[in-house]
Amino acid sequence: MLNRPATETQITHFQRLWLYMLVALVFAFLIIPCVIVIPMSFSGSKYLEFPPRSWSLQWYEAYLGSPEWRAATFVSLRAALLTTVFATTFGTLAAYGISRAYRAASSLARGVFMLPMLVPLILVAIGCYFVYAKIGLNGTTTGLVMAHTVLALPFVVIAVLSGLASYDMNQERVAQSLGASLPWAFLTVTLPQIRLSVMSGALFAFVTSFDEVVIALFISGGENATLTRLMFANIRDQIDPTVAAISSLLIGLSIILLVGSHLLRGREDRK
Amino acid sequence: MTMVLNHTGIADADHNADALKRQGSRERRALASLTLPGAILIFLVLILPIGWLFWLSFFGASGEPTLENYTRVLKPIYVRTFISTFEVAGLVTLICVLLGYPVAYLLSQLSERTAGLLMIFVVLPFWTSVLVRTYAWLVLLQRTGLVNTWLIDAGLISTPLPLVHNMLGTVIGMVHVMLPFLILPLYASMRAIDPVYMRAAANCGATPSQAFRQVFLPMSLPGLAAGVALVFVLCLGFFVTPALLGGGRVAMWAMQIANNISVYGNWGAASSLGVVLLVVTAIILYVFKRLFRVDSFEGVR
Repeated sequence: MLNRPATETQITHFQRLWLYMLVALVFAFLIIPCVIVIPMSFSGSKYLEFPPRSWSLQWYEAYLGSPEWRAATFVSLRAALLTTVFATTFGTLAAYGISRAYRAASSLARGVFMLPMLVPLILVAIGCYFVYAKIGLNGTTTGLVMAHTVLALPFVVIAVLSGLASYDMNQERVAQSLGASLPWAFLTVTLPQIRLSVMSGALFAFVTSFDEVVIALFISGGENATLTRLMFANIRDQIDPTVAAISSLLIGLSIILLVGSHLLRGREDRK
Repeated sequence: MTMVLNHTGIADADHNADALKRQGSRERRALASLTLPGAILIFLVLILPIGWLFWLSFFGASGEPTLENYTRVLKPIYVRTFISTFEVAGLVTLICVLLGYPVAYLLSQLSERTAGLLMIFVVLPFWTSVLVRTYAWLVLLQRTGLVNTWLIDAGLISTPLPLVHNMLGTVIGMVHVMLPFLILPLYASMRAIDPVYMRAAANCGATPSQAFRQVFLPMSLPGLAAGVALVFVLCLGFFVTPALLGGGRVAMWAMQIANNISVYGNWGAASSLGVVLLVVTAIILYVFKRLFRVDSFEGVR
């Protein structure tokens, strides 16, 4: 088995053993920090241990029992859901406009919509903090959702543009020639066919907002402090096992979202 | 009679075409305006504030126009931060290339199905919050953390090693965050290399390593360059992981900017540091785009 050639160039599996081992090690490096916290969060002792000597739900109880953590979770979820709504709507409209406008206009717009992905986050954070201070948006949900929507826009635009690339725009022109107005043609003919791309864009928008730390550190605070802000302060100042429970829940969430995006992509490919 | 009919027919067609064209351009303008809600938001949250900070960076603490914010960037303390940021970014990028290239290569040689399954190892970290992963590294690497406990229990060391709150911990954590950013574009570009080239090289008598070095490696360079540029640039502006794993011992550009605001309240200094970071980022992305004909840095996720 090991002496069989692995590729067209007649390298055997045995000669490639080092490659397999190296890749396995890198995979272990990548995955261990993502899962090790889960068993530890069920530890029954006062400290985090692996493997735990006794099991309990004490850290989950501590999390759910704390008004502070609960409020922060609520703030983050609300901001993420609002961001998803705005970023998905604006991003889908923009992608549709970009794909159909004149080339010069669309390449300019494309550049503008990629900016939030390329500008260093710390600069966006202090910029927002500065301007929000002038207009009283610091510590508000509105300010946070505005900033997160901007961060999420590139991901939605990229996702929807890739959906539109494999869609035949003539269908919409046919609908128009049969008397449908442009908005009606878009809503009833185009949108249903690119809905998977729109949904995967929405998923990205949600994650972008929910996981965002740097901007939240600067502009969220008081009763509108996000979960990430609270976690950051907690991790910096002490190792509180409550964070292990929250982390495990977040890892669970990212697995659900990963599976969701995988299913969306799979269905897109099959079309 | 026929002439006239013909003539009016043409005139009608012209008229029709003109009207269609007018309607078409009206429609296209309307379509372009669909980008406005998002573009206005980007202007308000991103372009306006950064433009304002840029303007601010040319004024001193008492409001007089000056270049002192930029001359201060040349002071030893900032230069040291600048150098150490580049060192960390370079080191992290190098390690990412050394670890990521073999992974992307092996994945690109497997069937799409198998590669898709193994991709979970790359994509799951990608979807997991940076904060959660940084916390996990802290749990693993701290003095009483798992790695030290295991090493002591195994009798390999007697006192805990300083694995975190220093450069080592910062680099480990950053590599973990950045590796998927390198592997994903690299894998995509390697997938696009037709295996027929390697077969042809073998047919022409190339040994496997010759074929790899002279055929596969050069063709994978644009994808590698895209990944390298992205990782390096993200490292330059990285805040969360160095702030938590560096323990104040690793001076990074982004932390310097944050400190100037939260500790000293010095907007001019923070702005000039931010402007320099933005310019450096833009130059690196532009150079890579030109040099390696990287199509885009889009679609990383």
